[in-house]
Amino acid sequence: MIATLMFYLLGAVALGATVMAIIQRNPVYAVIYLVKSIFSLALIFYLLGAPLIAALQVIIYAGAIMVLFLFVVMMLEVTPTNAATRTAPGWFHWGPVLLLALTLVVLTLMLIGLDPASAEGVPRWHASPRDFGYALFKEYALAVKIISFQLSFAAVGAFHVGTTERRRARQEDVS
Amino acid sequence: MIVPMEHLLILATLLFALGLGCVLVRRNLIMILIGVEIMINSVGLVLVGASAFWQQVDGQIMVLILMAITAAEVAIGLALVVYLHQQKKSIDVGIFDEMRG
Repeated sequence: MIATLMFYLLGAVALGATVMAIIQRNPVYAVIYLVKSIFSLALIFYLLGAPLIAALQVIIYAGAIMVLFLFVVMMLEVTPTNAATRTAPGWFHWGPVLLLALTLVVLTLMLIGLDPASAEGVPRWHASPRDFGYALFKEYALAVKIISFQLSFAAVGAFHVGTTERRRARQEDVS
Repeated sequence: MIVPMEHLLILATLLFALGLGCVLVRRNLIMILIGVEIMINSVGLVLVGASAFWQQVDGQIMVLILMAITAAEVAIGLALVVYLHQQKKSIDVGIFDEMRG
């Protein structure tokens, strides 16, 4: 019962954070709101019996991919810097942040505080990391290999795109 | 299942629609990539929900594969954004309408 209620609240937080991410003019704020949406989705994943995927969602999505976004946004300096928007953030900015963050923190603490021995403590069905690992490296071993190829192709491609301009500039200097 | 499957599908559909709207409406390359991220997240939500619905672990493995594909896509996409910013000093998609091939 608590888990059902928490699902709806977390869904509302995810939707609200996503809406706030979309309507932001500043990409930095959008990325931070998206991190909040990803956290609430990770809690939903835990409630649906996927603890390992919930942890990976936080580590890979919020920890790696969103930080890459932030890195690129700040490196390119594409944030709007008009003097008019440089005033101190008012309640229009603080309100949604506080509401969504407080809801998320309270729900996380509730989830931590649940008695593991009770019926609500753990999902009725959940995939343990052991089951997950057996299925991943037995039935899906080929998929893991293909994915590793794809990741290395992506790394090589990103390196190529990143160095093309520099190489061309160097050739123009030489000639 | 803690909730009916339909409610989960409704939540995922709303998230997907928001991401699609972000991709179609925003003119900023970074915001378009963020819209793609939102859509991929909603697909992951459906996969985890299906995994819980049939009590099979396969859906969660597909989410892991989805995460790897997302990482690859973001690496290439952001490298292209940096490249285009070096070319034109802007990341507004309206500027890149004369590309050939």
